[in-house]
Amino acid sequence: MNEKTRRTGDRTSGHVRAAIRKELAADDRNEAAEPEAKPADGQPVIELQNVSLAFDVPIIEDISLTAKQSETVVIVGESGTGKSTILKLILRLLVPDEGRVLIDGEDITPLSFEEALQVRQKMGMVFQGAALFDSLTVFENVAYPLREHTDLDEGEIEKRVREKLQFVDLEPDEVLEKLPSELSGGMRKRVGIARGMANDPEVMLYDEPTSGLDPLTTGTITRLILKLQRELGVTSIVVSHDIRSVFRMATRVALLHDHKIVFSGTPEEMSAAEDPYIRDFLGGT
Amino acid sequence: MSELILRLNAQAKSTVLSFQEYFTLAWNSLRFIFARPFYTQDVIQQMDEIGVKSLGIVLLTGLFTGMVLALQSSVQLQTFGATMYIGRLVAGSMIRELGPVLAGLMVAGRVGSGIAAQLGSMRVTEQIDALNTLGTDPIKKLATPRVLAALIMVPVLTIINDLVGIIGGNIIARFMVGLPTSLYWRTVWEQIASGGFTFRYIPNDFVQGLTKPLVFGAIISITGCFFGLRTTGGTEGVGLATTKTVVTSSILILIVDYFLTQLLLSILVVS
Repeated sequence: MNEKTRRTGDRTSGHVRAAIRKELAADDRNEAAEPEAKPADGQPVIELQNVSLAFDVPIIEDISLTAKQSETVVIVGESGTGKSTILKLILRLLVPDEGRVLIDGEDITPLSFEEALQVRQKMGMVFQGAALFDSLTVFENVAYPLREHTDLDEGEIEKRVREKLQFVDLEPDEVLEKLPSELSGGMRKRVGIARGMANDPEVMLYDEPTSGLDPLTTGTITRLILKLQRELGVTSIVVSHDIRSVFRMATRVALLHDHKIVFSGTPEEMSAAEDPYIRDFLGGT
Repeated sequence: MSELILRLNAQAKSTVLSFQEYFTLAWNSLRFIFARPFYTQDVIQQMDEIGVKSLGIVLLTGLFTGMVLALQSSVQLQTFGATMYIGRLVAGSMIRELGPVLAGLMVAGRVGSGIAAQLGSMRVTEQIDALNTLGTDPIKKLATPRVLAALIMVPVLTIINDLVGIIGGNIIARFMVGLPTSLYWRTVWEQIASGGFTFRYIPNDFVQGLTKPLVFGAIISITGCFFGLRTTGGTEGVGLATTKTVVTSSILILIVDYFLTQLLLSILVVS
């Protein structure tokens, strides 16, 4: 290795070290500022009552789940156990075969397609692959829900878009005019969160928000989800299998196994549980 | 044996269901043309995508079809010493049949596949779900602008196709057969007039030649949206949706063309 490349190599690792230090410091700040897992005592915002769904084979069976005001409920479980299906049921992209789904006390299962579009405006969804519209710029993506459902003028829309991008730690001037294909995975996720929260929804849903991201970006996204809950009091449902971030952000955890919820409780209760499957699940990750 | 019946039953059910979905999509995407909100910008963008960008292939198709028609008919007509009727033959076949059908097939290949690929990849990357989540009806936002744009642009492309085809015939008649241009165009008009008129002024040939592309435009765009929106199975699914769109819409164009011709011929009486 010649002198030049060695120096470049050193510099890179220096960068990484600095970034890790920064990350850890930020972690400490957050955790020092507020204790984790505030117990929620508000009204139930999302309620699933004995919900079952099957497409030839059962997807989920007899699931009951409640998320109260400003709670973060994390649904964990192996792949293919129907975690994402629960989010689609809450959004009414799917209708259950049995049981009821209540949003703010209103049963959304019998709603018509148009009525469902209305209910969805209460919710912001962050998709696994961000699902940004790839023919639109970052600005147009984040502005989309505002243009679609509000009568705000262009100036006000731009102000809000910048606000949301700043909230997710993106520099608006750098990304506004970029296309989603020009962004990194972590940036796409953050733009996805900004778009999800553009309409100031009372509920945020996250589908695998940290999958496929490096540990540093995972930390950033986890912090963002916490920030949304703490600063804006948003009720969140997160589907994840990243146990480390689950314990950092969850007020309650639901464990899905064989299409059923086999455990539901606080993260502390989960780590104290004796059940061999839960021990396996925690130990296996 | 019973397993075979069960499988046939399942197959029949899914086929009927597909037909139902196709017609529901067709109905909704046409109905939403008149329902708020109007996505005018998307319609204009799609008109550019479907119409302006197909101009090149339509010009080439029209020109060479007209030229080969003139060439073939000149050989046939020469045996009767009737080469002066080249214009009639070219105009008749272009306006009534070849113009609409060839423009339809070319647009099905270029635009239908494009629609299916775009909507298909939006489906597999969850962008369609994202639209739904953001409170937008994907049919209103994606299908309707494409259908409306195709309804407008395929007839326009057909008119251009017809015109360029007849000009191509003119070139061959003038330079290969030696027919004067004025005579060529006079026989072209004779052909158009001989078919009779609707409402006294609109030639029946034009009614036939413009009803067809309207229907073909609907077939192409709705088929593309149908296979695109129901794409499953990742990138492979997108490829499959594209192929199905081109095959299905091409076949539908040819079949519908026959029945439409029969219907129009019975309605449009020579007066």
